Amino acid sequence: MDRFVTLTFDGLTHGAIYAAFALALVLIWRGTRVVNFAQGQMALAAAYICYTVDLETGSYWLGLAAAVVAGLLIGVIVERSVMKRVAHTAPLTAIVVALGITLVIQAILGMIYGVQNRRFPVPFSQVAIQVHGLPLFSPFDIFIYVVVAVILIGIGLLFTRTPIGLRMRAAAFAPETARLLGVNVSRVLTFGWALAAGVGALSSVLIIPTAGFIYPTAMDLVFVSAFTAAVIGGLDSPVGAVVGGLALGLVLSYASGYLSSNVTSMAVLVLLVVVLLVRPSGLFTSSAERRV
Amino acid sequence: MTGLLEVEGLVAGYAGAPVLHGLDLSLPAGSVTAVLGANGAGKTTLLRTLSGLIRPRAGQITFDGRDIGGTAVERIVQAGMAHVPEHGGVIVELTVEENLRLGGLWRTDKTDVEKATAEVYDLFPPLAARRGALGQQLSGGERQMLAIGRALVARPRLLLLDEPSLGLAPRITAHIMSMLRQLADASGLTVLIVEQNVRAALSVAETGVVISLGRVVTRTDADRLLGDEAIRHAYLGF
Repeated sequence: MDRFVTLTFDGLTHGAIYAAFALALVLIWRGTRVVNFAQGQMALAAAYICYTVDLETGSYWLGLAAAVVAGLLIGVIVERSVMKRVAHTAPLTAIVVALGITLVIQAILGMIYGVQNRRFPVPFSQVAIQVHGLPLFSPFDIFIYVVVAVILIGIGLLFTRTPIGLRMRAAAFAPETARLLGVNVSRVLTFGWALAAGVGALSSVLIIPTAGFIYPTAMDLVFVSAFTAAVIGGLDSPVGAVVGGLALGLVLSYASGYLSSNVTSMAVLVLLVVVLLVRPSGLFTSSAERRV
Repeated sequence: MTGLLEVEGLVAGYAGAPVLHGLDLSLPAGSVTAVLGANGAGKTTLLRTLSGLIRPRAGQITFDGRDIGGTAVERIVQAGMAHVPEHGGVIVELTVEENLRLGGLWRTDKTDVEKATAEVYDLFPPLAARRGALGQQLSGGERQMLAIGRALVARPRLLLLDEPSLGLAPRITAHIMSMLRQLADASGLTVLIVEQNVRAALSVAETGVVISLGRVVTRTDADRLLGDEAIRHAYLGF
């Protein structure tokens, strides 16, 4: 039972980050019908900025802020310079272009930082707090819960309570109608990419310390996990992304704890294949496949 | 006299296939005009070009004295033109209230947006009773009311309507048409209706414009058009 409780908290910690990262994927998918396969690498680039700023200034918080700003800028640059041009082409084109961006960013990071593991900074202790002798969660885990909760609530409020959120929903559901109502859809999409990349950047800064190190492929499995979470929940559903992320975090934690940590990567891929075979539209998407 | 909208020699269409071939049109301010014609005549293409969704290849579109040919859609909206597309374009995933809010989102005078929204609820009481309902929960008639109401929140000077009677019961169609007439009379709104339902459109319009193969065939008083058997047989199918 003790082991179950520990694994559950561990799963929730990772799941919360998968949820935030999956939400970033959903944000872009809803607006553009593109799965941003470059999301992991874009987030990693922002995490390297955090690492560098922390190294140079000694301030984790400055690094965190720099990572978020870098994430926003990377989102704008990628959308404006490349993805905007392939938005109305065949879906495969956008996927291939996104994979190309992944390789380019990975190569640039490799050239600047090398391929070795570098210890990533953390603002709080990662030693789990003991409750009745049972290690539950660390101060850093609490930090993760708080940040992810702020992200999820913030995005929820942005979508439901603000003019830009209404514009984003209109542009996602009916871009042509949105234009006829005076919405600058192009600008809204750029904002969506920036927001998604900012959330991705924050997620990467939270999840990389759980493995301890940053390296040029550090976000690969995280991306696959978040993508799986988004597919489980339904790429159209922000709520689905959150539930999918938490569920996936728990499944992987149990698989890792009760079977072996070696099966984690395989478990993600098996789960992804099963979901794609059984319910490709996801658990929380009511609509059938929709194309723009 | 120069109209609110002047179109001269308009050529427009889709990838390599022009649909409009040198179309001319003039809409006086405060008028209600019906554009009629068979399927494929270019009616919808005309509206989509006027509102900026299709870029004209040649010709001139002057709205309130400004050349708007090739201008971005959202700029044209802000200049005072509203386009209600075929089937209304209600965003079914949003509520009635959100759809209406969207109509006035670009406007800076928020007090007047609230006033305009209240007027829309007065004009279409069924919408007031279903403010929180999603677009997908509305009937066809309610959706059309919402689409028109949403356009009115922007306080346009020119309202373009593409087949507002499509799929609606005759009673609802008559209600919507009479409401458009009232709006034009009361507020000076200029209305351009594209319709297959010729009788419904001409019941509210002062002027009928018949187009065929992307050109204006005739433009005359609505009453006279209804009585012109040759035109009706040749171009309107009844």
